[in-house]
Amino acid sequence: MKYTYYPGCSLEATAKEYDISTRAVLRELGVEFEELKDWTCCGASAAETVSYLLSLVLPARNLALAEQASSDGQVIASCTACYVNFRKVEERVRETPGLLDTINEALSVDGLAYTGKVRARHLLDVLANDVGPQAIADRVKRPLTALRVAPYYGCQTVRPYSPFDAPDVPESMDRVLAVLGVQVYPNPMKAKCCGGTLLTTKREVGLKLVSDLLEAVEGADCIATVCPMCQMNLDAYQGLVSQKLGRPVNIPVLYLTQLLGLAFGLPEEQLGLNHNIVPFKSLAQDFRSL
Amino acid sequence: MEEIIDLTSQALDRDFMSALAPAREKLRACIQCGTCTASCASAYAMDYTPRQLWHMIRLGLKDEVLNSKALWLCSICYSCTLYCPHGIPLTETITTLKRTAMDEGIRKHKESRNFYRAVVDTVRAHGRMDEVEVMIRYFLTTNPLMAVSYAPLALTMLSKGKVNLNLPKLGGPGKMDSLFRKVEELEGKR
Repeated sequence: MKYTYYPGCSLEATAKEYDISTRAVLRELGVEFEELKDWTCCGASAAETVSYLLSLVLPARNLALAEQASSDGQVIASCTACYVNFRKVEERVRETPGLLDTINEALSVDGLAYTGKVRARHLLDVLANDVGPQAIADRVKRPLTALRVAPYYGCQTVRPYSPFDAPDVPESMDRVLAVLGVQVYPNPMKAKCCGGTLLTTKREVGLKLVSDLLEAVEGADCIATVCPMCQMNLDAYQGLVSQKLGRPVNIPVLYLTQLLGLAFGLPEEQLGLNHNIVPFKSLAQDFRSL
Repeated sequence: MEEIIDLTSQALDRDFMSALAPAREKLRACIQCGTCTASCASAYAMDYTPRQLWHMIRLGLKDEVLNSKALWLCSICYSCTLYCPHGIPLTETITTLKRTAMDEGIRKHKESRNFYRAVVDTVRAHGRMDEVEVMIRYFLTTNPLMAVSYAPLALTMLSKGKVNLNLPKLGGPGKMDSLFRKVEELEGKR
């Protein structure tokens, strides 16, 4: 089966390394995919604050485009916010009579129609369940032995829709990490919220949330994430968190796909490691010498 | 909470009651157990806790609810929805309240309102969310001096190749105008 890949806006800029490493890892795993043509923003977490209908029409526009590519295909969303918006329109259309017609009336101005047949899948779901830990283990050329990795799922990856994992204590990423040879570092905060846009709109509260998450995994060598918002919040604010806590906090925050790529022995340029803010370089040298 | 709301001076706002009818219907099942508040990471900083907010909605305290800081401290993490023993869609309710506050032109917490508006306006203009343009629109509508406090973060992002520098497009026709106009028409906002 060929998947339709929806990168989403963040993966063009702040989460560039997520896009780069996702493509490299899917190729290495032999997963067939094609980027959705003419995709537009899913509405992020902002559209629903402005208009309910807009928050459904924006993701539906992309799902309608995906149906043109494959009428009952599957769309991979690597960004958690995009994934939740896609799932939301799928669920609401199923449970609300007449809603599909309203959405399609709006989409008709772009000459599009959505039927509800395509399925949105989170990249983590595809990796953990379609590809599976065994196929991933088969590709590992350089086990990341001795690397203590704290899995961090964030909130919306598993809530409110939880078709592939537990909504409060998820484990799918733990299972993927385990076959890379890493030591999965226990993270009691693994499905807590990173604060999302609060880091911009209510900075003090956002910093408290991020600081709690980083403190919980201070003994780990790095954090693994599957959401651009989580990654940026945990990675970009460590300077401010250090000021707040009065001690240096310095934990690289990688995308799960970057860790997969390292274990597959892919070159660092193919994994975008130069884009992460807290550098992973020194750490990479440490375990390379093992 | 130290503040006591004087209910004796307030009449129930019928319009508000009806605007929130769907939320109020669901909130009738609320037993005020406070599990929502206990599960909320930002409740500590709220003026009213989630549990208090639900009861205020039932009382019809429109101004207090729509002006509350609590709405804008919700980071939409769905913890309260997950743990609510009555299965009330609480996160959705908060989102409805945010939208009502936007529609009613509530003036407080403009840094939150302007940010979401900046995202939506950028998407309307380009079809995709150019993060730099979102921030420019946000600063211009909220307080241009804010840009200074973001300079260190912006420089870090720039040095890590995480910023695409395009000229912002603040006027003129937008790429998604026709779709957005149609949505407004269908929602009766035009």
